[in-house]
Amino acid sequence: MNRISHKLQENKKLLSIYFTAGYPQLDDTKTILEQLEKSGVDLVEIGLPFSDPLADGPTIQASSTQALQNGMTTKKLFEQLEDIRKTVSIPLIIMGYFNPMLQYGIEKFCKKCAEIGIDGLIIPDLPLEVYTEEYQAIFQQYGLQNIFLITPQTSKKRIRQIDEASEGFIYMVSSASITGAKNSFGDAQQNYFERIDQMQLQHPQIVGFGISNTETFDKATQFAKGAIIGSAFIKHLTENGTQNIHSFVDQIRKSN
Amino acid sequence: MTTHHINKKGYYGEYGGAYIPEMLYPNIDQLKEQYLEIIGDASFQEEYQQLLRDYVGRPTPLYFANRLSEKYNTKIYLKREDLCHTGAHKVNNTVGQILLAKRLGKKRIIAETGAGQHGVATATVCALMGMPCFVYMGEIDMKRQAPNVARMKMLGAEVIPSTSGSKTLKDATNDAIRDWINNPEETHYIIGSVVGPHPYPDMVARLQSIISQEIKLQLQEKENRSKPNHIIACVGGGSNAAGAFYHYLDEENVNLIAVEAAGKGIHSGESAATSQLGNNGIIHGSKTLLMQSKDGQITEPYSISAGLDYPGVGPMHAHLFSSKRAEFLSVTDDQAMQAGAELTKLEGIIPAIESAHALAALEQKKFQPDDVVVINLSGRGDKDLETYMKYFDL
Repeated sequence: MNRISHKLQENKKLLSIYFTAGYPQLDDTKTILEQLEKSGVDLVEIGLPFSDPLADGPTIQASSTQALQNGMTTKKLFEQLEDIRKTVSIPLIIMGYFNPMLQYGIEKFCKKCAEIGIDGLIIPDLPLEVYTEEYQAIFQQYGLQNIFLITPQTSKKRIRQIDEASEGFIYMVSSASITGAKNSFGDAQQNYFERIDQMQLQHPQIVGFGISNTETFDKATQFAKGAIIGSAFIKHLTENGTQNIHSFVDQIRKSN
Repeated sequence: MTTHHINKKGYYGEYGGAYIPEMLYPNIDQLKEQYLEIIGDASFQEEYQQLLRDYVGRPTPLYFANRLSEKYNTKIYLKREDLCHTGAHKVNNTVGQILLAKRLGKKRIIAETGAGQHGVATATVCALMGMPCFVYMGEIDMKRQAPNVARMKMLGAEVIPSTSGSKTLKDATNDAIRDWINNPEETHYIIGSVVGPHPYPDMVARLQSIISQEIKLQLQEKENRSKPNHIIACVGGGSNAAGAFYHYLDEENVNLIAVEAAGKGIHSGESAATSQLGNNGIIHGSKTLLMQSKDGQITEPYSISAGLDYPGVGPMHAHLFSSKRAEFLSVTDDQAMQAGAELTKLEGIIPAIESAHALAALEQKKFQPDDVVVINLSGRGDKDLETYMKYFDL
């Protein structure tokens, strides 16, 4: 069974962490992944940096720019991850924009992911319709789960379509925003979380965007299966490098 | 019959589509479902045509350039988009989109701009309609195009500097898209060219198609034929070319010539000739030709003309290039500047440096004495005076 599906069956709220590969230093990828697993993180999204990340806020943009300046490429990332399954066993997802994958070659990209032991992909600018028509067969051939996003503006009908085409979990964007834009949840989010919960979707939801501390993690996971932290972790890396990852994770998880 | 227009799924051949994050889906879907109906509606057309006539100053003249024709020994007509209100063809699109935004019930307008022409055209129609206007502009471009920044401010727009990435047009476009993600309910994004996710390329092309619609009628009057032998237009994103080509796309005996900016030379590393240097990929939600590294990172283009340094090209043009329906030329900074000086001297018209690229094609092509050649003079050179002054030491 795919590691993501397996993880989703565990009886706990899941903490997922995003980081941009090649940041703060080009060769930090392996250290960060090992530290995150040791700290008890449940799954990790490895960001493949892109020059024009149009769904991302300033924090992730800046980390992507720095990572590219450091020399990160798709090929380099795959080299860094070559032996990762010897030391890391939690589910790993690559999150990136479609163009770098297209240039690498989609089939070649998927094949490489499978060889390394990547479990899923999140590609914000690959829409549902294009995926199902052109790429689903390839992704499935290599055992990769494609994770879709939904937002507070996504219609009920479309949420059902996305649920139908999904594997693993649904990435639930907490509010109308780019990443890192907000740091608390109000009534609107609460209503949205409840509304989605009541839809009884086939796939569990993991909430992303706007999660930065225990409070937002707890609120997000009141109804959802888990939550994803991105920008807040990037800020931690900016300030601490690869030090104290454990205490960052502990501080999110302290009430759990 | 083969067509070079968009198909039902939003593609020109293999190019186009809507590669957008889910956050943009509701807005793009609404546009896709409604744009044809709104633009086709009689009340829209009435208001649009009236504004084009009384506010923009259309129809723009189709001017027979006597001395230029003599020099190149062919019949050259200039389509005078430079005489539009605000100084370029850009306003044809912004007038249309602001009327569309009103009909969609939107209350706030955002736009991106490179040289500032589209920003000014957007700020202008927002002032006209009393709508709040936010224009994203690369920090570097704001310095290069200070007079246009001042014009936008005077028109009541807020100009927001883009400080990410290369701090130019592509980053301003990213920031406008991010603004739309953050403000999905009441905001309409007026894209300035035939780029972006479907339906933008087709919508902007339709709003610019007034250019070729007028050329047809005007040529009929002057030459007793509605079709020229050649139409020449410059291409950055490609909106003026899309408008000038539109009604001739499926008239295979009309030769379409698209002129890109070669900058300091195609292989100099400082160029914006996307069709020559680019390959297939995705930029700003559209599958098209774009300039990129072998790893798929989008590269920064260069041209002396700020309106042509976009790293992609609209999907219509990518298709016109790959299907060989249009001929693509490229013109260096120096060639464009000389062509701009030549038009000024021979005809008393100072062209925008963008449009000067189209004029420079006359040196590269040999036309027959009886050929009718239409050049789309997309903008006037007022905004470029400083560049002309520096270049010619005036």
